[in-house]
Amino acid sequence: MHSPPLLALALLSASALGYEVLLLRLLSIIQWHHFAYMMISVALLGYGAAGTAVALARPVLAPRFHGVFIGGAVLFGLSAIACFSLAQQVPFNPLEILWDARQSARLLMIYLLLFVPFFCAAVCICLTFTCFQEQIHRIYAFDILGAGVGSLAVVAALFALTPVDALRLLGGTGIAAGALAGMACTGHRRWLAPLLLAAAVAVPAGVPGRWIALSPSEYKELSQTLRIKDARAIAQTWSPLGLLTVVDSPTIPLRYAPGLSLNATQEPPAQLAIFTDGDGLSVLNRYDGRREPLAYLDYLTSALPYHLLRQPRVLVLGSGAGADVLQAIYHNASAVDAIELNPQVIDLVQRRFADFSGKPYSAPNVRVLIGEARGLVASRGEPYDLIQIALLDSFGTASGGLHALSENYLYTVDAFAEYLRHLAPGGLLAITRWVALPPRDVPRLLATAAAAIERDGQASAARRIVMIRGWKTATLLVSNRDFDDAGIAVLREFCRARSFDLAYYPGMTVAEANRYNLLDRPWFFEAAQALLSGERAEFLARYKFDVRPTTDDRPYFFHFFKWRSLPELLALKAQGGLSMLEWGYPVLIATLLQSSVAAVLLILAPLWGARRRQRRSRNAALARFELRVVSYFAAIGFAFMFVEIAFIQKFTLFLSHPLYSVAVTLSAFLIFAGLGSRYSGRRRGGIGAGVGPRHPLARPVLAICAIALLYLIALPPLFQLLAPVGTLARFGICAALVAPLAFAMGMPFPLGLGRVSARAEALVPIAWGVNASVSVVAAVLATLLAIHLGFTVVLLLALLLYLVAAVMFP
Amino acid sequence: MKPVMLLTRILAPAIALALASAGLHADDPFAPLRDAMVREIANMSSVTRDETGRVEFAAPVMAAMAKVPRHKFVPPDEVPYAYENRPLPIGYGQTISQPYIVALMTDLTQVGPGDVVLEIGTGSGYQAAILAELAQAVYTMEIIEPLAVQAGERLGRLGYAKVQARLGDGYHGWPEHGPYDAILVTAAASHVPPPLIAQLKAGGRMVIPVGAPFMIQYLLLIEKAGDGSVSTRQVLPVSFVPLVGGG
Repeated sequence: MHSPPLLALALLSASALGYEVLLLRLLSIIQWHHFAYMMISVALLGYGAAGTAVALARPVLAPRFHGVFIGGAVLFGLSAIACFSLAQQVPFNPLEILWDARQSARLLMIYLLLFVPFFCAAVCICLTFTCFQEQIHRIYAFDILGAGVGSLAVVAALFALTPVDALRLLGGTGIAAGALAGMACTGHRRWLAPLLLAAAVAVPAGVPGRWIALSPSEYKELSQTLRIKDARAIAQTWSPLGLLTVVDSPTIPLRYAPGLSLNATQEPPAQLAIFTDGDGLSVLNRYDGRREPLAYLDYLTSALPYHLLRQPRVLVLGSGAGADVLQAIYHNASAVDAIELNPQVIDLVQRRFADFSGKPYSAPNVRVLIGEARGLVASRGEPYDLIQIALLDSFGTASGGLHALSENYLYTVDAFAEYLRHLAPGGLLAITRWVALPPRDVPRLLATAAAAIERDGQASAARRIVMIRGWKTATLLVSNRDFDDAGIAVLREFCRARSFDLAYYPGMTVAEANRYNLLDRPWFFEAAQALLSGERAEFLARYKFDVRPTTDDRPYFFHFFKWRSLPELLALKAQGGLSMLEWGYPVLIATLLQSSVAAVLLILAPLWGARRRQRRSRNAALARFELRVVSYFAAIGFAFMFVEIAFIQKFTLFLSHPLYSVAVTLSAFLIFAGLGSRYSGRRRGGIGAGVGPRHPLARPVLAICAIALLYLIALPPLFQLLAPVGTLARFGICAALVAPLAFAMGMPFPLGLGRVSARAEALVPIAWGVNASVSVVAAVLATLLAIHLGFTVVLLLALLLYLVAAVMFP
Repeated sequence: MKPVMLLTRILAPAIALALASAGLHADDPFAPLRDAMVREIANMSSVTRDETGRVEFAAPVMAAMAKVPRHKFVPPDEVPYAYENRPLPIGYGQTISQPYIVALMTDLTQVGPGDVVLEIGTGSGYQAAILAELAQAVYTMEIIEPLAVQAGERLGRLGYAKVQARLGDGYHGWPEHGPYDAILVTAAASHVPPPLIAQLKAGGRMVIPVGAPFMIQYLLLIEKAGDGSVSTRQVLPVSFVPLVGGG
């Protein structure tokens, strides 16, 4: 063996990380996002298992390094495609998991299938560390640089390729990594590299389309809509933001008008449905410039603010296919700015289906702004009379609690304060949500709005909020002035004419609360009364769902779960009580438990084996060293992930898009950590152990703590200062800010591993496996901690762990 | 849950299979399972007392639940679970609701012997069969063609002559046979179709379950008063007070 196949290693590492990102996309299309997250977390433990496998089979594998590497890379490429295809064949239905024991077995089968490609790739990487211990710094640098480039490349590729073609591509790059490694082969194996290169192109391209065609769950909205007679998908576009499908149902009209008043006599006009990842229906109304066909838009709860304002200047957040823009046009808004995240949705409305849609975004005085709502709101100079937040999520996913794990920066105290700042005097912030029973999102909105209004201690929220409800939607209005009697009279009349119920206005009595759509109790009014009075704290404590205000630091708007309520909800299962259980959180806990148990098994199994051998040799010192090794690599594994995840979150608002934040921040972390690793290797080599600092970790850990703490304090004002900067420049600023932190964070791993290889080289794969397994658990744990304690605490914990690592340095 | 009940529940599928294979020798080997299901539902039936004024589901509803062979309405591989109180998949992305919810919805419609009932969303045909045990005539519509065909054949085969099933868009109802004493809408709807309200008799009741597949969140009960005015009620299928020590 002469030198490690560094380029092949980098390509394989890039393919494996790209595969992880792509799987999340693929599984989100066929299942739901949080189950995708759960499956991948467990599958990633293939990395940990590879550490164990290499530790145990080292004598067999190490002498055959090249063969194993080439074989592992090729197997990764093949299994990346094959295992996804097979996993799709497993008839797993997550919606039945609490009813049907068979589903758990099917889920396990999916885990095992998706585990295979990660295991194959990781065996190659881990074996490289084990066989070329003198070059650990270089190997780590190439490994992590490859991963950084891979995560960026797959996001870029998803703009051009369908998710399925991206899967073929990654299968190909995996095999190509094998071919690269094969170039080192000489003699009678010289044919191997060209042959594998040909296979890298031919095999993925030759896989029949029907084997890997996506087959989404039949319970997703898109699948259900396509069951309707003559309904068909008439267009499909994709990007990393999602797969958009446009559906036309010519025989049986869609007639989508969520929560339409029973007093409405008009039907919606002809509509097309736009689904994102097979869910999240947004309708495209036929519009020919006439107002009459849009009359139904006045019979939704969201029409209320237009009755309180005259020709308002409107800002619509999350305008999608444009129904809320049409609602503003119908109500004679003097100007409409519409913010939409996904440019492809706008393209469908404005270009592809322009004849049908009547190009609402080109109507007089309408402007469309593309990007993340918070960032764009912050950058607006002019005031608005109305900021309208549409129903962005579908009813199905909202009622299943499927968003519990997603961060949401639209509904936080900080966001509301920002919106209120952008309102003209007497302007309104209007938020419409689905009605859930018992109420969950609505009380949280109230609590969040109240906290935003009262933040500066100047105003009382009780006089600045009104709320109405239909049987399916509720609309909350927040003003920067007190509501007056004239306004309340309009509110009453609006509700009377549409048989909507008053849920709250300043001075309202309980007798008015439950007139048209009867509830067991006037829950919404009671919640509002309590939350907008001195009883707020008591209500939040006594309520069986967590409806505390959300903040930018703890942005989990859809997390309503309280452990205390779990036994009661489970006991009510037979009566349909599970619909009150928010799914996302229990799934997160299940994911954490599963991956922890699996990780412990993967770590303990080889240690137990190793310890048995030590007992024979009675080497107590080695046993202690082993404990230090495990603690050290666990600590830096947790710490690295915590810092990375906390900063991805911190940069989300600045980069105005969660996807950009993940791609740019993650890549920057990996690439600069890779450079840090290279540097630490040179330092060690150049200066020598005796001349360097007393504790090798002192400088990196001090640097990490200092920079992270500085950012914690300095980033928010810095981001405000940089508000006018354009998107591309923001990417550069983000990378520059991540660079020094990541550079320092790239050092502890190779420094530690170098020490391990010098003292007990048999422990190298174990150290690697511990670190890999812990990273997976840490990703899940970081979300859990952020839900409860916020991202700042996650970051502080990470710094503490780096200090622990410094103490435990092997 | 008591250990014996737990054991019974675990063993139920096995017992069901054994009974099914022994079915040649018995009139209705599933009867004991069906009785057990009905007893379980009866124990939970006080939830609608505010809406119906009764502390338990009406006796005719429970008799219908005890009579209709649910196992004949589910796909073959779900037969062992037919009498468990849980929703089951019936293909085409549709489900057969859990028996407790079927009983609850039926009870809320307050269907009597002389009533004419419309159902939107035939699905397996099970709900129509239950309604047929109570009403004079049941008209049921299904938008998904294979399900409509299957359910029509099944109801005919099982002798439910009172049920007329057809394929079609439920939004406009089935005006030829209306107005109806009760309407059940088990298909997903973003809003209540005005034509259905028009086809509801004065004094009639309409029930719409709201939620995602396998997850019914609440039932919307629409009542049309004698003067034609319409009111709605949201009924939680469970007794649940969201505020500890209050509410």
